[in-house]
Amino acid sequence: MTTTNTTVLDARAVERTLKRMAVEIVELNRGTDDLIVVGIQRRGVQLADRIVKMIEGGEGVTVPQGSLDITLYRDDLQTIGPRPVVGPTHLPWDLDGKHVVIVDDVLYTGRTVRAALDELADFGRPAAISLAVLIDRGGRELPIHADIVGKKVTVGDAERVDVMVAELDERTEVVIVSKSSA
Amino acid sequence: MTVGGALGKDLLGLESLSADQIRLILDTAEPFKEISERAIKKVPALRGSTIVNLFFENSTRTRISFEFAQKRLSADTVNVSTAGSSVSKGETLVDTARNLEAMRIDMVVIRHSASGAAQFLAERIESNVINAGDGTHEHPTQGLLDILTLRDRFGDLKGRRICICGDILHSRVARSNIWGLTKLGAEVAVCGPRSLLPNAIDEMGVRIFDRVEEAIQWAEALNVLRLQFERMTAGYIPSAREYNRVFGITRERLERAPRDVLILHPGPMNRGVEIDSDVADGPHSVILHQVTNGVAVRMAVLYLLAGGKPELAEAAKGGSGRGREERE
Repeated sequence: MTTTNTTVLDARAVERTLKRMAVEIVELNRGTDDLIVVGIQRRGVQLADRIVKMIEGGEGVTVPQGSLDITLYRDDLQTIGPRPVVGPTHLPWDLDGKHVVIVDDVLYTGRTVRAALDELADFGRPAAISLAVLIDRGGRELPIHADIVGKKVTVGDAERVDVMVAELDERTEVVIVSKSSA
Repeated sequence: MTVGGALGKDLLGLESLSADQIRLILDTAEPFKEISERAIKKVPALRGSTIVNLFFENSTRTRISFEFAQKRLSADTVNVSTAGSSVSKGETLVDTARNLEAMRIDMVVIRHSASGAAQFLAERIESNVINAGDGTHEHPTQGLLDILTLRDRFGDLKGRRICICGDILHSRVARSNIWGLTKLGAEVAVCGPRSLLPNAIDEMGVRIFDRVEEAIQWAEALNVLRLQFERMTAGYIPSAREYNRVFGITRERLERAPRDVLILHPGPMNRGVEIDSDVADGPHSVILHQVTNGVAVRMAVLYLLAGGKPELAEAAKGGSGRGREERE
């Protein structure tokens, strides 16, 4: 069993991609009014953080930012058992009437996003919720799509897409990890 | 990463847990604190789970705390107390539990006046069992919430000096605290009249203070226990007044301490007996913080024991043939 790592985006490419996503988020929202950016634990939080800083750089406005841990909203507790709750949910904003943009690293089955939508609904009633992901790898199991995509990749079920961010992983990079039984 | 099974089927006491297991519960309790601060204090983690709170002994705080924890995790709960149930008609503990199990429950939280009752039950039923206090044996969730409260203030508990004061003999809270705290590397002492200390207490690795003044000189935190008059079958102490004069935690005594001493009490308090009102309500008291932490700790325990049925996991793997989202 050998594993091969293929780099999809290096640190500079991630930066460039996030910059474009930040612009697209502001365009989608037609400005920064009523915009709230919410990162999904874990790496979505760091990506959201960078996007908010980029919006600040471009627009001169600091948009409210939150984080969401969806572990307790998962649909597989009865089968897989509990997972460690990795990070805090921090949403000190009134969501009613706001436009919430969820930021996550990889969109795959769509189950994480489903859980995030459920959790957001317990915090309020946003006017709209959009989804921005760094990587869309296909393979949806639910009718969920991203409004803003950093990069689409095509990978098989046996492969893994790892997003690394310097804040947690010492470097920023997106790699496809494939296992072959050669 | 899955943590299912990290605690096993039941939570019966802290004696049988490792330091890592205790830390896992405390770390899991942290994010649960925030849920109780939300406008909608509820997450769906235990939706569909049925939990029975089986209380053979009076309890207000612990039962309500468990019930809040269960409801905030969306579990369905039923409370059974001795009065008005078949228990008062002479049904045995196991029969009661087996009948409940026949109604397809997932978990039992049990309080009983007999030491070992929780373990006895856990060995005989399939459901998860959580010990909410068994006789004078253990009260693990109380121990955990005390430790979480100490950790909130001190951070790492290694080398911290904590003294448990009062009626150690009748106290399951003392036992759970001693096991948990020593496993996490804290220095633990007990202080009380010799008549209220268990014989082999020094074998638990604790220091003994006969004078409360010495304990206050030494300790960074005092966990003040209630005098359990209802369990005292003989004259252990001359009188409550005498006890207060010799062992009571008073402001005058605390003012002579070389540092601020954190004050814990698992409740219910006998004000003016083991603790004076101006200490209980004073600036260094974290007694109500303990109560808040109790809900978070119990949510963590319920969450960690729930789910994770291996046969279901196997079936799910065969079914979809696909992992879940990358990078949890």
